[in-house]
Amino acid sequence: MGKKLLLKHDNIPGINTYEVYRQRGGYASVEKALKTMTPEVIVEEVKKSGLRGRGGAGFPTGMKWSFLAKPPGVPRYLVCNADESEPGTFKDRYLMEKIPHLLIEGMITSSFALGANTSYIYIRGEYFYVARVLEKAIEEAYANGWLGENILGTGFSHHCYVQVGAGAYICGEETALLESLEGKRGNPRIKPPFPAVAGLWGCPTVVNNVETIAAVVPIVNDGGDEYAKIGIGKSTGTKLISASGHINKPGVYEIELGIPVEEFIYSEQYCGGIRNGKKMKAVVAGGSSVPILPADLILKTAKGEPRLMTYESLGDGGFQTGTMLGSGGFIVMDEDTSIVKNLYTFARFYHHESCGQCSPCREGTGWMEKILHKILDGHGTVADVDLLWDIQSNIEGKTICPLGEAAAWPVAAAIRHFRAEFEEYVKNPKSIKDVKHYYRLREKV
Amino acid sequence: MAKVTIDGKTIEVPDGTTILNAARMIGGEIVPPAMCYYSKLKTSGGYCRTCIVKVTKGSEKDPRPMPKPVASCRTTVMDGMEVQNITSPDLLEARAGVVEFLLVNHPLDCPVCDQAGECHLQDLGYENGKVKTRYEFKRRTFEMIDIGDKIKLHMNRCILCYRCVKVSDQLTPYRVHGVLNRGEQAEISTYIKNVIDNEFSGNVIDVCPVGALTDKTFRFKSRVWFTKPVDAHRDCPTCSGKVRIWFKGADVLRVTARKDEYGEVVEWICNNCRFDKKQVSDWTIEGPAHISKHSVISANHYETPFALSALKADVKKQQKKLEGKKVELGEGALNPNNK
Ligand SMILES: Cc1cc2nc3c(=O)[nH]c(=O)nc-3n(C[C@H](O)[C@H](O)[C@H](O)COP(=O)(O)O)c2cc1C
Ligand code: SF4
Ligand code: SF4
Ligand code: FES
Repeated sequence: MGKKLLLKHDNIPGINTYEVYRQRGGYASVEKALKTMTPEVIVEEVKKSGLRGRGGAGFPTGMKWSFLAKPPGVPRYLVCNADESEPGTFKDRYLMEKIPHLLIEGMITSSFALGANTSYIYIRGEYFYVARVLEKAIEEAYANGWLGENILGTGFSHHCYVQVGAGAYICGEETALLESLEGKRGNPRIKPPFPAVAGLWGCPTVVNNVETIAAVVPIVNDGGDEYAKIGIGKSTGTKLISASGHINKPGVYEIELGIPVEEFIYSEQYCGGIRNGKKMKAVVAGGSSVPILPADLILKTAKGEPRLMTYESLGDGGFQTGTMLGSGGFIVMDEDTSIVKNLYTFARFYHHESCGQCSPCREGTGWMEKILHKILDGHGTVADVDLLWDIQSNIEGKTICPLGEAAAWPVAAAIRHFRAEFEEYVKNPKSIKDVKHYYRLREKV
Repeated sequence: MAKVTIDGKTIEVPDGTTILNAARMIGGEIVPPAMCYYSKLKTSGGYCRTCIVKVTKGSEKDPRPMPKPVASCRTTVMDGMEVQNITSPDLLEARAGVVEFLLVNHPLDCPVCDQAGECHLQDLGYENGKVKTRYEFKRRTFEMIDIGDKIKLHMNRCILCYRCVKVSDQLTPYRVHGVLNRGEQAEISTYIKNVIDNEFSGNVIDVCPVGALTDKTFRFKSRVWFTKPVDAHRDCPTCSGKVRIWFKGADVLRVTARKDEYGEVVEWICNNCRFDKKQVSDWTIEGPAHISKHSVISANHYETPFALSALKADVKKQQKKLEGKKVELGEGALNPNNK
């Protein structure tokens, strides 16, 4: 059994309440941080821990924190990104719903390290019930003196607020999130300036994922070195993986970074193998935006080494033969899955979610969806597949925010690895009767 | 000061200058096209991506090239930076891709569009676009709306450059004009069906690079190339009163702001000058306006032998480009359903 740091107590009844959470050692990190550590020491510990952002990009958190500008007299903010809207990712929800106090504790400790007296949790609109869970936890934290003025008599004051979004994927992009938090249209900002310099209301701001902030708790409690002992190389600590698709045991798993992908998919402890004794066809390893990989390439790298659940190993081979750990949305597809259909679903999503600011993403996402729709409907041609390739490469790298790339990469990877299947679709449309049916059904809903 | 080299031409510019502005200081062919950036509007630029360039050397300190093309209107120069625009075939191909995107949902209704002849999207398509669209699906459509009694919004033609939004934001006292909805369905609108009612609202017409915002007092009166631009002024209590009036015969068909060589307004004008002063007697005429663009709007200038020969050479170049493309098309680069 791998070591658990975040979900150690997720099955304990009542862990969502303050009393039980506190009995299990909750809020120890706040006490330790405020009473025995300085902000600089905490940032140093986070650096030592090797913690990397769990929101998708994997940027070293300690480094991000040390970039935070500290002009005198200007407030700083910590913003927790709980917008979790990437298809295939549902770990933050689990964490917040089950152990809300862990996030609140992380928010207080991290805010102390950053010198932020105000923090916000921006949560996606569809998670309104989770927002209530968090609000209750915040209330309890205030009642027990962990939030408010002069916490534990140390002179540090902190206020934490929950802000519910209105259900836009793009508001998970950190600058769109800040715009939305300011009450504006959720359009990503053009960078620079980065949030570390001019974020919320123009003040220095750190935006971190829920899981990243929660991981600060064990780092402060046990020390960065202890955290860094788990994992391999630059992938340290544990990671929550949202496992879904055609596996026997879908769910949220906390893994030690570095376990083999094969073990994760097939062992009883985690996904428990492929459902109904089928064969695995492909895996999207880090949420819908990352490149899909066929079964052989997800289990072994192009060099024949076993693929591990780390940032580096999953990325091995670049986009030619590798993928990304991303946000840890692990979607497994069995041999009966249609890659074309799956790609259409993703393309539809990105078309729907593009904010429309920059031309390549605004126009390209819709175009790709329409072509895939055409192919699914049995009217595609081989030239359409080439055109899809062209469109995705025209989007990639030419947009304001990474949503453009997130829309382009899945298309590129599906064609790169499953071109034969696309050609089969366009050459032999009769073989896709069920697909037409599927599409019609969707239209009716 | 920072030294930057664009397409082999080096210039020294103040720190904080964008690549686009540095290119404009150099001038000539190497200036990237800009459909959304507007030097007179704060925070403009970054949306259309037509101004992309390739940075082959980041700076003297950090010579690494930038991995992706950057928006030149939003990227500041670093000392020692080297940039490629027209000297990079990849970049030109990438730009053609952006132009293709801008035209995906555009109705291409130039024959009935008032902007035709002075439209930046026409120029862009002509100079940087592909020969034929590969888009074969239904284009998005919107209802035309009136923004007040003088301005027509034809949203189908809009490229969402956000310039008009910035004008409303920055020039006029309160904001009633912005973007609704998102993605492909995003539209410029007033909140909600409000009229824009202030003295400088008419400037949205001038900043609009396409025919999405047009002057209702000029609508369908004449094709722009049949009108003659003349600079004129009057004593105006609200604005500088320096305008460009467009004559057909002895009639003033239209009044606009003066524009510089990049099609940008030189000085904003008020609605009174723009919409209500259509008598020659309202104005002190200064003389013919020179428009250096080579699109049809400049037809009146082709009487000079030099301009005419330049135009002919240009047409020849374009035809050659077309011929080259045909071969490519014949080989099945296009979707057969397109034929
Ligand atoms: C389109 C888009 C959607 C995103 N959605 C999320 C999200 O739902 N949750 C999240 O934590 N990060 C999301 N991100 C990443 C954030 O921009 C940002 O990198 C992250 O919150 C930083 O936190 P971290 O360093 O802790 O990972 C998204 C990025 C993009 C481009
Ligand atoms: S890439 Fe897409 S989502 Fe991001 S700013 Fe551009 S249009 Fe908006
Ligand atoms: S209406 Fe014109 S100025 Fe406004 S965003 Fe559209 S194209 Fe730009
Ligand atoms: S002019 Fe630079 S992106 Fe539009």
